[in-house]
Amino acid sequence: MYTQAMDTLREEGGQPVLRTAEEAALQQRFDQRIDAGDFIEAKDWMPENYRKTLLRQISQHAHSEIVGMLPEGNWITRAPTLKRKAILLAKVQDEGGHGLYLYAAAETLGTSRDQMLDALHTGKAKYSSIFNYPTLTWADVGAIGWLVDGAAIMNQVPICRCSYAPYARAMVRICREESFHQRQGYDSLLVMMKNGTEAQKAMVQDAVNRWWWPCLMMFGPPDDQSPNSAQGMRWGIKRVSNDTLRQKFVDAAAQQAAVLGVTFPDPDLRWNEESQHWDYGAIDWSEFWRVVGGDGPCNRERLADRVQAWEEGEWVREAALAHARKSELKEAA
Amino acid sequence: MQASIKIPAAPELAYLLRLADTCLISGQRLGEWCGHGPILEEDIALSNMALDLIGQARALLTLAGQRSGQCGGQGYDEDQLAFLRDEGDYRNPTLAELPRGDFAFTILRNLMLSTWLKLMWQRLGESSDAELAAIAGKALKEARYHQQHAADWAVRLGDGSDESRRRCVVALDRLWPYTPELFEDDAVDAAAVAADLGPAWAQLREPWLAEIGEVLGEAKLAVPPAPTFRSSGKSGRHSEHMGYLLAEMQYLQRAYPGGAW
Repeated sequence: MYTQAMDTLREEGGQPVLRTAEEAALQQRFDQRIDAGDFIEAKDWMPENYRKTLLRQISQHAHSEIVGMLPEGNWITRAPTLKRKAILLAKVQDEGGHGLYLYAAAETLGTSRDQMLDALHTGKAKYSSIFNYPTLTWADVGAIGWLVDGAAIMNQVPICRCSYAPYARAMVRICREESFHQRQGYDSLLVMMKNGTEAQKAMVQDAVNRWWWPCLMMFGPPDDQSPNSAQGMRWGIKRVSNDTLRQKFVDAAAQQAAVLGVTFPDPDLRWNEESQHWDYGAIDWSEFWRVVGGDGPCNRERLADRVQAWEEGEWVREAALAHARKSELKEAA
Repeated sequence: MQASIKIPAAPELAYLLRLADTCLISGQRLGEWCGHGPILEEDIALSNMALDLIGQARALLTLAGQRSGQCGGQGYDEDQLAFLRDEGDYRNPTLAELPRGDFAFTILRNLMLSTWLKLMWQRLGESSDAELAAIAGKALKEARYHQQHAADWAVRLGDGSDESRRRCVVALDRLWPYTPELFEDDAVDAAAVAADLGPAWAQLREPWLAEIGEVLGEAKLAVPPAPTFRSSGKSGRHSEHMGYLLAEMQYLQRAYPGGAW
């Protein structure tokens, strides 16, 4: 589904120290290729920080896809019609598929899927904080499609032009599917708002009220508090700033909300004739950092669910390996 | 709360609903795995199979809803049939509704049901009901894959580690008593055979036992002894688990009468 804009370089402390003339030449060639808009492939030389930053971003994105299966998966058994059940199953399954492409893309940087999953399960790796919010009603499924996937698409379309080619290629396919997910989410809300009962309309408005602000936080901290974004831009990993993407999202969502007949819980949201954009109110960044830091409504449950599925599956994975070993021995005999 | 619909007591309709509900309830159970599989590839595979089964259920329930209108009852759409029947009007064999269990339980049940469905779809391809035959033609391809998937895993688990073998033995022991219901005939079957609608369920018994026996043999698992217990889900008398499954599945349709989804 999505990874939030992270300050990926904060712990690296900027540029690596160059030690040899050969490394300097490689770095220069790498910089020239980035400047020329070339793609970097897995076999190409790359600075260590570029590799680490990408690995962290892609694996966080992959983790977000599989953790993101949980809040929507929560409604598969309760979907209100067979058509909606099929759409939701297909969608959540797509998220699993996105996780697969992304783990595969990250593996080209030299880390195995098992290592990445271990980092997730031990709390070393992060995933998008949006999935630490609960899905309380059926309308949350539609709201996630419309708003969460809508925000994800804003973030992800520029990554299709990411300088690291395996990631960019994975993103092209993911973006196509996300675009479909957003439309189906919006459609399900539209049906309830246009043809539904008053109780259903209230359910939709309640879901929008709860998801709006967390969705705005998905774009990451404001540009002036995101000092390392510049390096991501320099490397062609990040193409558009957090605030620019957030504004683009608000502008699109405000019009879609009007068609839908819902409001956003922001008294400061209004059209600005001068800037030709929608102004919006102050985001509560303390909530963002609290949820990123592990104290959101569902952080512990989401991680526990993933760990439980992994631990309960251990005997299955061991059995598959044991059977494969037996088959090899039989063939060798 | 939304009231239940009434189902006319026509054998042709019961025959269709038994099959439709087998797909629907199996799909419902398999969907519970989504996001919780032992490995990402299997999570996706189980969800995919749930999706196929829900698709088959939709086609069959749509057909059953039309036939309901033609045999003296009211016509219904797929969702009325899926969500608004009383428990006793669901006609799946009990095997389909048992809780999902562990991966061994799910795999072995999938093996049993997908083999049964494959044999059923093969025969329904010849049905005098052209629409049912068309549904069977599409579903057969899906069931073949489901059976292959389950058989591959049954062999891996049965002939894998000591732990996987132990779990398979436990699962087989719990599942096997529910299998005779898949092959018992009654007046519904007799009417279906007379109308060339489809086979009597008993006709599937021998080929099913042969195919299951082959897979269990390769998995080094013994076929359990024939049970004396008879489950009765297809007559509408279900297990204790069915009420919970339906309460969850029907919740939104029941709680929001007249809703648009």
